[in-house]
Amino acid sequence: MPFRKPPLESAARRPETVRMPVLGIETSCDETACAVYDATRGLLAHRLHSQVDLHARYGGVVPELASRDHVARIAPLVRETLAASGIGFGDLDGIAYTAGPGLIGALMVGAAVAAGIASAHGLPLIPVHHMEGHLLAPMLETPAPQFPFTALLVSGGHTMLIAVEGLGRYELLGESLDDAVGEAFDKTAKLLGLPYPGGPHLARLAERGQPDVFRFPRPMTDRPGLDFSFSGLKTAVLVALPRAEGEQARADLARGFEEAVTDTLVIKCGRALVQTGHRTLIVAGGVGANLRLRAKLRALAADKGFTAFFPRAEFCTDNAAMIACAGSARLIEGRKPDGPLFTTPRWPLADLRAPGVAA
Amino acid sequence: MLARFEIAGRSHTQQMLPMVHGLMAEASLSFAQLDGFVCGIGPGSFAGVRIGVGFVKGLALSLDRPVVGISSLTMLAQAALDEGALRVIASIDARMNEIYVGAFEADASGLCRSMGPLRVMPPDQFREDAAGPWHAVGTGWGTYETTMRQGVTGDVLHVDGAALPRAQAALKLALPEFAAGRTLAADDLAPLYLRDKVALTLEEQVQLRASRN
Repeated sequence: MPFRKPPLESAARRPETVRMPVLGIETSCDETACAVYDATRGLLAHRLHSQVDLHARYGGVVPELASRDHVARIAPLVRETLAASGIGFGDLDGIAYTAGPGLIGALMVGAAVAAGIASAHGLPLIPVHHMEGHLLAPMLETPAPQFPFTALLVSGGHTMLIAVEGLGRYELLGESLDDAVGEAFDKTAKLLGLPYPGGPHLARLAERGQPDVFRFPRPMTDRPGLDFSFSGLKTAVLVALPRAEGEQARADLARGFEEAVTDTLVIKCGRALVQTGHRTLIVAGGVGANLRLRAKLRALAADKGFTAFFPRAEFCTDNAAMIACAGSARLIEGRKPDGPLFTTPRWPLADLRAPGVAA
Repeated sequence: MLARFEIAGRSHTQQMLPMVHGLMAEASLSFAQLDGFVCGIGPGSFAGVRIGVGFVKGLALSLDRPVVGISSLTMLAQAALDEGALRVIASIDARMNEIYVGAFEADASGLCRSMGPLRVMPPDQFREDAAGPWHAVGTGWGTYETTMRQGVTGDVLHVDGAALPRAQAALKLALPEFAAGRTLAADDLAPLYLRDKVALTLEEQVQLRASRN
């Protein structure tokens, strides 16, 4: 019997007084974020500091500077989040933190602070897989989608299709063999001379472009399988670049690129749903905020009769609400976390376990 | 005083928690019974320093306790003073052909006092012009003793190039700070990196490429 809404349903079986608020800390890349999630009352507070301005001068995320900024910002951010949630450290029932994957030095900051808070109050320390956070982010919405569903996870670091049968029951259906889709957006934006981070800038430029002036390939859609490849697309843009003279032509090129990427994602999502037989598609990760992608997936959903579910933009990008939410689900599951404080940067989602399944 | 020490290399993340929890158990204390926290703030391995600083931030923040940060160079120097040295040049190998370095002397109560700013520099640019005897401690000396000796006007009587910072020294230095109320809130505890230039801006990347052509 598949799980349905694990945090909420599990909580419903608990006495009403047991709320189990969990503090979540996320520092895996260039956002310092903190949230309090309570299985009964939902999200109590969340705060985020984006480092995007810090890294813009360098043309990309500088890991050491990211780590330095995390350590400088995290304590006031935790304090502020708790104050907004209306509870104190003594009221918490667990401390969740992103244990990976991500920038190892940046992950360490959040983990160390989480370990300090957990030690001080004798609380369980709950390592959370960043991608599981993204997968469970839709559970922050009301109404939340029900298991099982197929998830498209698209960000600057990941492009994945995942079958989600329930909490901890994830099967990787396909992923990018080279560049992540967000990376392809950012690199193409850089070729067009757009400021960092380029993805959203490129999407805005594409709004003024015509869809069929530049026609780019839809990589790997001419063969079966659910893997992606975006590096060739970037090369195709590079080849076309000399023809993109003038503002309108640049907008047309941006549009052509965006059409190719979103078509590719939509085609693969359609195939994934056929393969899994699921009736719900959820879209997570920063690229999930792209409006063309959302429009096309909604159209496909209407056509094929499935539900396309998009968390609000702030829960698509990196945030701590999803970490606190996933941490809460893991806490209620009740199995003592094992292993070291951090993961290696590579941590396959499929290594996660479902509740009640022995190691 | 109870203390633990381990050369952790890259495994601070695995060793720190069991070590701290073990020490607290040995002392039969809970964290909430502590009146404050002392934390090494570097210079040293950036990531290693941040693990300690982050952990202490979490403790102090959530228990609302004051914090005192002590530099690794001061810890090294204090340990040397405790063994009879009068003036110490403490130095840590900063990798990338540089050292972290500072000169220290004992005050009237035998506590280590800095004679100038703590710096990061190539070992061959190091100069200490004060005359008289010195004790030399730390991995900077371990790696660059010959070069660093040339920068010292006075006499280097004793070199311990294997010395590492110890928490006992930090505690000894911090107690008078707590007594005098010279403490920080968790928010203000910050690593002392010394090496602050860690990446090139887009402008600098362009200049570097131009200078290579």
